[in-house]
Amino acid sequence: MSDIKKIKHEFLHKLNADLNIESINQIKSELFGKNGKISNLFKNLGSLPTEERKKFASDLNFIKDELQEKINKKIQEIEIKEINSKLDNEKVDVTLPERDIVQGKIHPVSQVIDEISSIFSEIGFSVEEGPDVENEHYNFTALNTPDNHPARDMHDTFYLDDKKELLLRTHTSPVQVRTMLKGKPPFKIIAPGRTYRSDSDQTHAPMFHQVEGLHIDKNVNMGHLKGCLNYFIKSFFEVDKIKMRFRPSHFPFTEPSAEVDIGYELKDGKIVIGEGDKWLEILGCGMVHPNVLKNVKINTDKYQGYAFGIGIDRLAMLKYGINDLRAFFETDYRWLNHFGFDPLDVPSNYRGLSR
Amino acid sequence: MKFTIDWLKEHLDTKFKDNQIIEKLTDVGLEVESFEKVSSELDNFKVAKIINAEQHPNADKLKVCDVDIGEQNTVKVVCGAPNAKKDLLTVYAGPGSVIPKNNMKLTVSKIRGVTSYGMLCSESELNLSDESDGITELKLNKYSDKVGKNFFKNNTEKVIDLSITPNRPDCLGVRGVARDLAAAGVGKLKIISNMKIKNSGPQKITVSITKDKNQGCTIFGSCLIKDVTNKESPKWLKDKIISLGQKPISAIVDITNYVMLDLNRPLHAYDADKIDKEIIVRNSKKGETFEALDNKEYKLDNDMCVISDKSGVLGLGGIIGGTRSGTEFNTKNILLESAYFLPKSIRKTSKLLNIDTDAKFRFERGIDPQSIEIGLEKAAQLITKICGGKVSKFDIQSIRKVKKNKIKFKISLFEKIAGFKIKDKEVINILIDLGFKVTKKKSELELTIPTWRPDISQPIDIVEEIVRIKGYNNIETLEPEKNRIKDTLNKQQKLFHFLQRSVASKGYFETVTWSFTDSKINNLFRENYKEIKIVNPISSDLDVLRNSIFPNLAFYIKKNLDRGFKDISLYEIGPIFKDNNPGEQLTLIGGIKSGKISRLNWNEKNRSVDVFDAKKDTIQTLIEAGYDRHNLFIREKSPSYYHPGKSGSVYLDKDDIDPVAYFGEIHPNIIKKLDIKTEALVGFEIYLDYLKDKKLKLKDSKSKFQFSDYQKSDRDFAFVVDKNFKAQDLIEIISSIDQSLIKSVKIFDVYEGENIPKDKKSIALNVTIQSSEKTLEESDLEKINKLIISTVETKSGAKIRS
Repeated sequence: MSDIKKIKHEFLHKLNADLNIESINQIKSELFGKNGKISNLFKNLGSLPTEERKKFASDLNFIKDELQEKINKKIQEIEIKEINSKLDNEKVDVTLPERDIVQGKIHPVSQVIDEISSIFSEIGFSVEEGPDVENEHYNFTALNTPDNHPARDMHDTFYLDDKKELLLRTHTSPVQVRTMLKGKPPFKIIAPGRTYRSDSDQTHAPMFHQVEGLHIDKNVNMGHLKGCLNYFIKSFFEVDKIKMRFRPSHFPFTEPSAEVDIGYELKDGKIVIGEGDKWLEILGCGMVHPNVLKNVKINTDKYQGYAFGIGIDRLAMLKYGINDLRAFFETDYRWLNHFGFDPLDVPSNYRGLSR
Repeated sequence: MKFTIDWLKEHLDTKFKDNQIIEKLTDVGLEVESFEKVSSELDNFKVAKIINAEQHPNADKLKVCDVDIGEQNTVKVVCGAPNAKKDLLTVYAGPGSVIPKNNMKLTVSKIRGVTSYGMLCSESELNLSDESDGITELKLNKYSDKVGKNFFKNNTEKVIDLSITPNRPDCLGVRGVARDLAAAGVGKLKIISNMKIKNSGPQKITVSITKDKNQGCTIFGSCLIKDVTNKESPKWLKDKIISLGQKPISAIVDITNYVMLDLNRPLHAYDADKIDKEIIVRNSKKGETFEALDNKEYKLDNDMCVISDKSGVLGLGGIIGGTRSGTEFNTKNILLESAYFLPKSIRKTSKLLNIDTDAKFRFERGIDPQSIEIGLEKAAQLITKICGGKVSKFDIQSIRKVKKNKIKFKISLFEKIAGFKIKDKEVINILIDLGFKVTKKKSELELTIPTWRPDISQPIDIVEEIVRIKGYNNIETLEPEKNRIKDTLNKQQKLFHFLQRSVASKGYFETVTWSFTDSKINNLFRENYKEIKIVNPISSDLDVLRNSIFPNLAFYIKKNLDRGFKDISLYEIGPIFKDNNPGEQLTLIGGIKSGKISRLNWNEKNRSVDVFDAKKDTIQTLIEAGYDRHNLFIREKSPSYYHPGKSGSVYLDKDDIDPVAYFGEIHPNIIKKLDIKTEALVGFEIYLDYLKDKKLKLKDSKSKFQFSDYQKSDRDFAFVVDKNFKAQDLIEIISSIDQSLIKSVKIFDVYEGENIPKDKKSIALNVTIQSSEKTLEESDLEKINKLIISTVETKSGAKIRS
């Protein structure tokens, strides 16, 4: 009995000393090796009288576990200590720069087109497209702008042939015509895209972007037009309230026609949309002219509706504080980096239009 | 369209304040561009202070003065006045000013070697007094705080500038504007009192309108005014003309202009003594010429409407008069013309000859054909009042009767379109105020359209009249309905949006460039496409539609490189043009990448970008778009603007004929031609139109999830193959040996050089072998090893490297 206790005390004492891994292994084999002290005691179990054997075996197992545990603990301690001492030599300067990631960017025009699509998607519009090269029929004549119409002068048109039949579309409105010709009412579409006019200065670029809107159904009136645009502008500028003014105007393809102004004020040289008493013209719209509907064989007794055209670049400028239109198309790396958007920033109605 | 409030009030009886009138103009659709004083030449004269006056280095009697004119910097003025001295307040006239006394226009000039910017003025030069001995001395107490301010008060009235839409020619005259305002409740339109002019007998110059085909003139009214004394206009008339920013010429010209601006009734005055016998309104003949009042000689084509006499063309009807019959100060007898020209004819002629005049602008939009006489009356009355003379009877020649257009208007159409209701009575009143004759028949109105409204022809036009006069603010704002007819985006549009962001996520900056480009650069990338010229380009270096996405990307990457950027990745998604008909365009993504990867990096080695960067971005983009990498097939074929040995094309399937993408290094000759300075330049193109949608929707295309838990084994092989043998084929051969066992094939080394024959290369690959049924025994592995080696050797002529 006292034998095992003695062994226990002796070895626990030994193990309490400051040991290295070799000395622990040494102790381990002294105890549990082939001729280890504990191993030997186990070997001798058989020679004990039956009545003692049970008790002794139980005590011996107990001490064995205790010592074993102590040894394991000790080994772990040493290993951790060793790792820790290694770590002291593994220090790097974490203030050194991280590895490069080149962040790509989405052009503001593309981002704004996605924002616009997201907003109109919410109220049931779908997206249509049309070709950049048009003929004069789709760009003008079908839109109630015959050859002798002075409104044609207001579009500084790029022509692709001497007969002036082929041209770069001056607006997205030809998509209205194409859409109505290939389908049947009702129509509820927007058509964003590139448009072209031979005009170039600080506020005009020879290419720019428009989004066309068209809603034709049985009882669509000017109230719906106003509601739709009010909803769009509020959503786009992400404000609760918007001051909006409809002003009579003239476009050959709508009647009645309107231009829409929104209220703004200048705060620290920046345009703030929605407040203030200044007006900013942002779009043209109206009820689709019966002549246009007749040109695409729609029964004007049954169907009517509205159309609008909005300058996308201008919207982008207003929302994101960009002041030079021409810079949109000049591919200055610094500009793209500054005004571009993270590709993961996809505008959507549930996540919000912009961060 | 410009006019003053006072002028407006000659036609409109109103108590409205200026700002209320301005607001109402915009409300009825006459957009006010500005409401301000017209700047006058006298604005150039400023109160100024001499800061310093020094002796001129080369002239005893001159001084060089530093003058404070209220701007950031002082200006230097050389001055000969004895009283010019420091601290004197005086009047300064800058370069460009016209000195009132002698009408001399100042310029920046050198006086004895010293540059003088403008002049300090004496009272005499300013027409203030006869004092000419020295410069004006201004009282300190009155002017000391006015330095930089205008010396003369601008007495001109504020001018309203309206932007008139092309459908409203009637509002190109003040009276038309007044009528709209009256209809909208801003006062009452004044009645034009009957102007009784005593006539002195018939108009003796015969006028005839020929019956040529497409005759552009339908009515020609005229009167002869004899014994006039042409002179400068009286002050009131001059002021009116000046207030609109125009120059007074002579009473007769000013009066015709005044009537035009007042009533939108263009007139023309001929010197009657210069007319050879008679007036003939006819079509021109090809080759006829005449000198117009703009002092240009015009050569006419056939069938332009001209006013002529026995000797030839006097003027282009409704567009511009000629010098031969123009009025001058000594003109004694005048023939006054008031005619109607057809808009179509005016437009055609003016376009062909490229002439733009005020008269042309008005006739082309449509003049009231019934304003012939009132125009003659008003002008004749003014002329006789100012210049004296005797007026003949009016001679009106006409080849077509003025039609009174009538339409029927269902009142209910208004609410159907505008979405709100107004009383029938109000509708009728608005229309009457606008000049319509109205007869009510139950729920329908029979309307006679006023002759000054060529824009109105159908019921919808009437709706617009009522809603604009009533006010657009009465239109309700209806909440939009959220029902949907169709998906927002179709499949191709979804792909567009996805790819756009997919490429950007690989470190590329999206750009948007013109759809047109420089033909010289375009030709480098044009391949077999037709060059599409723009007839009227904005500049000679943007003269064609782009046949490729690269010309602009190359141009702009060069610009950025020249700015000092080195490692640039740009892309654009947009159209390229195959030909010049609608729809002959393709949508492409083009990407371009320059310079190095990991430039100036402390822990990674830098390297130039190469074909495999371009390939990675291309392939990865296609994978993200949902195409299976295993089906993608690469060929060496690529357009000529790529490096012939370092470029390729991608096919969605091995059997496809058309590639969906190209990638590679840009041809070194092009880099050289465009002088692009970079270590390396690579690019890729993806054709969205060729990415045909072969796939099922994701929800239908996911296969059952299966995996194997049995032990995987890796085996390495190195094969020596012909140099031209494609790695793609080698992978394909091995992969298809046993698809149930060979899970992946990876190339980890390609070697040419020592120990390998010159026309050969060694490809080392790692093959992962795994069964889904059992753990493979050594013998199984040995079997598949042997199979791999023998198959590759037979199919490719390769030899296993020992």
